Amino acid sequence: MEFLQFFISGLSLGSIYAIIALGYTMVYGIAKMLNFAHGDVIMVGGYLVFTVSTSMGLPVWIGMTAAVVGCTALGVLIERFAYRPLRGATSLAVLITAIGVSYLLQNLALLIFGAAPKSFTSVVSVPALTLAGGALTITGESLVTIAACIVIMIVLTLFVNKTKPGRAMHAVSEDRGAAQLMGVNVNGTIALTFAIGSALAAIAGALLCSAYPTLTPYTGAMPGIKAFVAAVFGGIGSIPGAMIGGILLGLIESLSKAYISSEMADAIVFLVLIIVLVVKPTGIFGKKISEKV
Amino acid sequence: MALLEVKDLEVHYGVIKAIKGISFEVNQGEVIALIGANGAGKTTTLHTVTGLIQPSHGQIIFDGKDITKIPAHKIVGMGMAHVPEGRRIFQQLTVLENLKLGAYTRKDKNLISATLKMVYERFPRLEERKNQVAGTLSGGEQQMLAMGRALMSNPRIILMDEPSMGLSPLLVSEIFDIIKVISEGGTTVLLVEQNAQKALSIADRAYVLETGNISLSGKASDLINDESVRKAYLGA
Repeated sequence: MEFLQFFISGLSLGSIYAIIALGYTMVYGIAKMLNFAHGDVIMVGGYLVFTVSTSMGLPVWIGMTAAVVGCTALGVLIERFAYRPLRGATSLAVLITAIGVSYLLQNLALLIFGAAPKSFTSVVSVPALTLAGGALTITGESLVTIAACIVIMIVLTLFVNKTKPGRAMHAVSEDRGAAQLMGVNVNGTIALTFAIGSALAAIAGALLCSAYPTLTPYTGAMPGIKAFVAAVFGGIGSIPGAMIGGILLGLIESLSKAYISSEMADAIVFLVLIIVLVVKPTGIFGKKISEKV
Repeated sequence: MALLEVKDLEVHYGVIKAIKGISFEVNQGEVIALIGANGAGKTTTLHTVTGLIQPSHGQIIFDGKDITKIPAHKIVGMGMAHVPEGRRIFQQLTVLENLKLGAYTRKDKNLISATLKMVYERFPRLEERKNQVAGTLSGGEQQMLAMGRALMSNPRIILMDEPSMGLSPLLVSEIFDIIKVISEGGTTVLLVEQNAQKALSIADRAYVLETGNISLSGKASDLINDESVRKAYLGA
């Protein structure tokens, strides 16, 4: 029963990583860049919910809407003003810019909200589920997080595979020039990808802060890096890969904390990543490219 | 009035002048061949016409409108399709998904299905393989898909870049037969080819491109007998 408890908390943590990893993987797949500021968009989402719902006392749904709308706009602005001017530049220039944007967001939050941790009020009002006569408790946050993760996965998969903008994303991801020849607006498609990724980051931010209710300007940094690891783990560029990678990462972290050592948990997570990459460099769901010349 | 008119076009790659002020025109219903050796600037010319590359000087006029500054993704919807060099089909998507992307700028579902039917009639192989991932098609099938995908936009003019590249002689003949059929169906064709013999055999007129300049132009039937063309491009 104890194992099940750790397993479910790992599943819940992994679901948050998965939602963040989706943003990383979609942006990488379509814009071919690593948006290292993605983790900090999570933090901005957290502060938006905090400001609207905790400080101003407005209902949670207004706080959530503000976070999703605010982060979506933020993602599009970052893409427009930081990354688009670098289209065609070396990937190193883009990477350094992304790190710069990350520090910019962290320091803006520091300037506005200060360094002291804010205590976040959970956005989840679902009661905890007690099973097996009290031996197993699943928090409301866990239930909502896992459910959100499943819904997001289904909606995103349908969107990417069944809709016209989704097909445009595939096209841009594979061959930007050919996509343009089909009439696909490449800049618009990349902006849409950032918008979706950032909206997901806002949701992840609210869920993360609900489960771990302290909020600082650095709240997004570590989950951001772990979600990046999850995306690489699952095969960067792959949507199911990000999902599976995130969940596996959460499970490994939670079970390591429980059974091996809580100090070593992060080290174990990265060790597993190294092993996976040595054995299968493209990650679990890494794209097999079948090309005929 | 010409359907497509290119005036004094110059293109630079950095400081290197790749196209040195060329002019040509394509009339409604014609098949025009642009022939020349490797590196003459044929592909660059097509890329500039469809907006993938910005020219440093000159004008491109399509159907009376100046499209020189219009971005590539808006040109398709105006009725100009481009079958790029090396096919550049979307390898990881299915044949049908590739074809649907060809109709990306069109809205009317009924018209799109009518075009799809027409494409399948012209390329029965594509219908047989519609749910197959495009990357697994043979070279000839990929060329057919690239052409079918371009036709899906219902273009008035279709630009084809080296459609015979890498194909067996038998397939090359098949591809050229299809180009003839496309032209007979009323679509204007601007064809870039290294296989000058084949290109001149189906073209109405042709331009010979030599290191960024048009060195010769005229009726295809005259050029095919021209001594200098025969020496340089027909291996005779």
